[in-house]
Amino acid sequence: MERKIRVLVAKPGLDGHDRGAKIVARALRNAGMEVIYTGLHQTAEMIIETAIQEDVDVIGLSLLSGAHMTLFRDVTKLLKEKNMQDVLVLGGGIIPKEDVSVLKKAGVDGVFGPGTHTEDIVVFIKKNVKL
Amino acid sequence: MNDITLKVLKGEPRSVARLITLAENSYPEAAIAMKDIHPHTGKAHVIGITGVMGGGKSTLISEITREYRKQDKKVGIIAIDPTSPFSGGALLGDRVRMMELAMDEGVFIRSMGTRGMLGGLTSAVYDVVEILDASGKDIVIVETVGVGQAEVDVIKIADSTLVVLVPGLGDSVQTIKAGVMEIADIYVINKSDRPGVNQTVAEVESLVGIDCSNRDRKIPVLTTNARNGEGIKELVDEIIKHKEYLDNSKEFDIKRMKRYEAELIEIIRKRLMNLIFDESKFKDKVELLIYKIFKKEVDPYTAADEILGKILK
Repeated sequence: MERKIRVLVAKPGLDGHDRGAKIVARALRNAGMEVIYTGLHQTAEMIIETAIQEDVDVIGLSLLSGAHMTLFRDVTKLLKEKNMQDVLVLGGGIIPKEDVSVLKKAGVDGVFGPGTHTEDIVVFIKKNVKL
Repeated sequence: MNDITLKVLKGEPRSVARLITLAENSYPEAAIAMKDIHPHTGKAHVIGITGVMGGGKSTLISEITREYRKQDKKVGIIAIDPTSPFSGGALLGDRVRMMELAMDEGVFIRSMGTRGMLGGLTSAVYDVVEILDASGKDIVIVETVGVGQAEVDVIKIADSTLVVLVPGLGDSVQTIKAGVMEIADIYVINKSDRPGVNQTVAEVESLVGIDCSNRDRKIPVLTTNARNGEGIKELVDEIIKHKEYLDNSKEFDIKRMKRYEAELIEIIRKRLMNLIFDESKFKDKVELLIYKIFKKEVDPYTAADEILGKILK
């Protein structure tokens, strides 16, 4: 039996805009994945703790407040500390071009801004996930 | 005993999480680990929580868990949501209502999809209960998918079963009574701030009155408001009382035996189905037989005899 891909969709920080996160969550479910949605206002610690308990293969972070440089990197830093670099990390939201390469260097494997086709995210996960 | 099993017995969260994944995907490593796990199980009180969709089960579980945490009990939670029969995917959102528990080291929450199982549970739930039990959880709470009528499998795994209803269901109490209304050890009318709560309590109590005339324990009907914590302390007291009742009666052993029966059936079912439909040596044969049934060259019963005959040989 093929192992199912498990994805954590999380909203770090303080913005309350979760429509994008929910649309992505739905698209991933429709692609046959198991998607755990955390709800709003997550700290990096909460996200990591949830990722451990749910044993996810992918973490999708959504943030529209502009605090991605701090909060996304908090998550990847904690993942490194916990030796969980095999978890694929995706970032979405309003992320300026010049930030993308910095985030990628910090361990965010893929960045998906407005206008992304959900199918592209599905393909990216299937190609890069380590099961 | 292998490394992962030792770590699970020490309660190490990452190993617990990993073993659950292995069990959920029927990996052979899981079966090996589960053999070593089994002798270390049986201590946890397993609480099943079922009831109508939107009844506030997740929020209620969050509150029950906080109450148990005050008593310094470690809690494992298995939250089951439906898997889409079309895509095989699932949206598991019960954690949203349990956010406050996320950073508590004494709580372990796992979300699971039903993965094709009917009855409100998921196939690996027996394994996951045993894993959480062996990892040192005092309480294991199983939240089923929102139920309609026949999703009553939770009684196969739970020591204490809570059926959660909300006020104003009116006739829907009538519609669900066939299955779900027969399995409760405790009834919970949640969202007690809503109008019609007294009427719902009365309706359920009258059903209980009819049902338990030949039992030695009257099934309690409690009201809670999980949003503000009203009635939670009383509910947990009642759950603990039910556990004491079980400990002092033969019912507990019967319940546990029934759980192992259900688990055994599930393991055999999974392995048989896997053998017949997934393994290459039967697959061609099965496909050929399906085609022959379609062509009316053979009937389904003869085909089934033929397949089973080959396996049992």
